[in-house]
Amino acid sequence: MSPKLKKADGRELKTENQEMTGSSMLIQALAREKVDVIFGYPGGAILPTYDEIYRTGIRHILARHEQGAIHAAEGYARVSGKPGVCVVTSGPGATNVVTGIADAMIDSLPMVVITGQVATSVIGTDAFQEADVVGVTMPITKHNFQVRDVEELPRIIKEAFHIATTGRPGPVLIDLPKDVSTASGFFNYDQDVDLPGYQPTVTPNKHQIKKLVEAVTKADKPVILAGAGVLHSGAAKELLDYVEQQKIPVSSTLLGLGAFPGNHELSLGMAGMHGTYTSNMALHETDLLISIGARFDDRVTGNLKHFAPRAKIAHIDIDPAEIGKNIETSIPVVGDAKEALRMLFEAKGTPCDCTQWKEQLNEWKQENPLWYKEEGNSLKPQRLIEMIYEETKGEAVVTTDVGQHQMWAAQYYKFDKPNCWVTSGGLGTMGFGFPSAIGAQFAEPDKQVVAVLGDAGFQMTAQEMSILQELNLPVKIILVNNASLGMVRQWQQLFYEERYSNSLFPIQPDFVKMAEAYNIKGWKIEDPNEMQGALKEALNYEGPVLMDCRVHKDENVYPMIAPGKGHHEMEGVKP
Amino acid sequence: MKRTIIATVNNTSGVMNRITGLFARRHFNIESITVGMTENPSVSRMTFVVNVDDQRGLDQVIKQLNKQVDVLKVRDITDDAIVARELALIKVVAAPQHRGEISALAEPFRASIVDVGRESVTLQVTGDQQKVEALIDLLKPYGIKELARTGITAFKRGTKKSVFESPKYSIIN
Ligand SMILES: Cc1ncc(C[n+]2csc(CCOP(=O)(O)OP(=O)(O)O)c2C)c(N)n1
Repeated sequence: MSPKLKKADGRELKTENQEMTGSSMLIQALAREKVDVIFGYPGGAILPTYDEIYRTGIRHILARHEQGAIHAAEGYARVSGKPGVCVVTSGPGATNVVTGIADAMIDSLPMVVITGQVATSVIGTDAFQEADVVGVTMPITKHNFQVRDVEELPRIIKEAFHIATTGRPGPVLIDLPKDVSTASGFFNYDQDVDLPGYQPTVTPNKHQIKKLVEAVTKADKPVILAGAGVLHSGAAKELLDYVEQQKIPVSSTLLGLGAFPGNHELSLGMAGMHGTYTSNMALHETDLLISIGARFDDRVTGNLKHFAPRAKIAHIDIDPAEIGKNIETSIPVVGDAKEALRMLFEAKGTPCDCTQWKEQLNEWKQENPLWYKEEGNSLKPQRLIEMIYEETKGEAVVTTDVGQHQMWAAQYYKFDKPNCWVTSGGLGTMGFGFPSAIGAQFAEPDKQVVAVLGDAGFQMTAQEMSILQELNLPVKIILVNNASLGMVRQWQQLFYEERYSNSLFPIQPDFVKMAEAYNIKGWKIEDPNEMQGALKEALNYEGPVLMDCRVHKDENVYPMIAPGKGHHEMEGVKP
Repeated sequence: MKRTIIATVNNTSGVMNRITGLFARRHFNIESITVGMTENPSVSRMTFVVNVDDQRGLDQVIKQLNKQVDVLKVRDITDDAIVARELALIKVVAAPQHRGEISALAEPFRASIVDVGRESVTLQVTGDQQKVEALIDLLKPYGIKELARTGITAFKRGTKKSVFESPKYSIIN
């Protein structure tokens, strides 16, 4: 463990019911919530809080752009399961975190975002650095607050953490006007959360569980679709137990990777646009689809008209609004995935007899696996990811940006363990991969953290190399460098008759020098034969590393379901 | 299909914004929204009239509303026995010789003339939507200069329980 990553301690906790300022209350409350790291960036409206951070020594990581701070908080939340905390100033500070908040919202990450705000006396006057952050973030937060009175602050913080972490997790924003943060009041944190309008259903309805148990017994071709909800509820073990009891094959969403071991014989791999042939055909042929903590995103379902045409659909989700939103469901189960899986396991239903189904699935697996052509002297991105998997023995936390490299990572890194995969799924946010790796390293100081990035996405938040430099954080940056906006180039090739509008980089920065400017060790790799050795060296190196891997430029991600097509219409399947 | 939905919500700033924003971004088709305080000053009641394609669309509206932390309770009351009222102000072109006629028209609707100008009169009518529409139809031939409608506000008839009765999280229930 890097000494700089040790848990912060020795913070003085004042006693209950003392009089103190708003910003002092905030820091006290964060300590009560066992927040051990804040990611943020100071500015005028939040200065009183930063002064408090200085005085109390609570650990704060200074990003170089607020977007870096919020994605780091997301990476932390994704890997630790604890709320990521981000503190920024009003106006531009707050608007710079909007993308990350939207990202956390759509991927259901527990987050508490604190934004400074101009003083209450000037709110609404277009004051210096004023932005209507509550208005801006209303549609992209699970809930948000503006504190009007310092006496309300403890209650609001408590509610914010409660809302962010319970039910379907999500980001909660607290907008804190400067005068409220300097006003004094009594700090009373030992109060119960009382939110009559917010009562998530955790325990599923027994009757629905019974219906599902019966449906499994009757099914000939059942499939489980495991989503990130399994990971959020910490139900990976429960899923494994249930699957081994019932012998139901498991397909995974992009965000659900790792919820079920990728190397298990009942794992079918990822479903959806760039999923495996087996997973997608299983969804097409199944007669009972059990979705657990997945929300039927269009990247998973393909054209809804062709989605699971023969299946009875069971949908387990903690968010009732997800059930029936995109797909009509015959067995709706509202509740926590862990509870639901426990109940299913305890019901000890008769497993279906589906030998034939499994034979069929195995045949698809054998005959139509993921594939790529080895080509003489160029580095294949797929092979690169496989090597990362081999060298880390699947033990690393892998974060990615968005694009082709993301899909290759999802395909070729076999996620065997939960909470080792950090990617921007729902929003598809470029710039996410690198800072989220920093947050992930804080969540798991002893784990190897590998950031697999595109050359374009990396350039959106590359300035956060400062954090690596400052703290000697051992994050390994692997650039899958194809000198283009690869995924955009692929779509232009396939759907826009090769008109490569603004997607190719004729000139690129010297990434190795860029790394060196931040005192980070950098390599450039072109020769596939050097790759393995270099990777070993990088992974064993004690500090941060950047590897600029020049991969085959015209590589496309396959197989693929083209827009508007169904699961049975995959292209680029192994011939 | 047209549905009438009532919701009780926390009476805090921005709640109306939250709800209308939710409708807009989810592409729900709303016809009207009314809002006002209830007998409990910390709670407001909203009445929506929405136009949805099918049961699934309706379920989504209700579930998404329910997801809001500030929404205490949501209920579709379309098929219940309800009291539903709308207020409309209608300014009609009315030369002096037509005023008697207009006033006679208004009477069976219990509409009243609340303002008289040189060339127009303004009527006020309350009632369910059909009644308001029927009156507007009758007035159209005279020429409507201005029309303002509130949208309906409604609740269930005659029940004793308040809509924000015992919270369901109570252990005693
Ligand atoms: C912020 C943002 N802007 C634009 C896009 C659209 N987009 C998706 S993938 C992609 C190209 C990514 O290129 P690169 O980071 O080099 O990764 P590659 O696909 O080459 O692996 C773009 C521009 C996006 N996802 N996010």
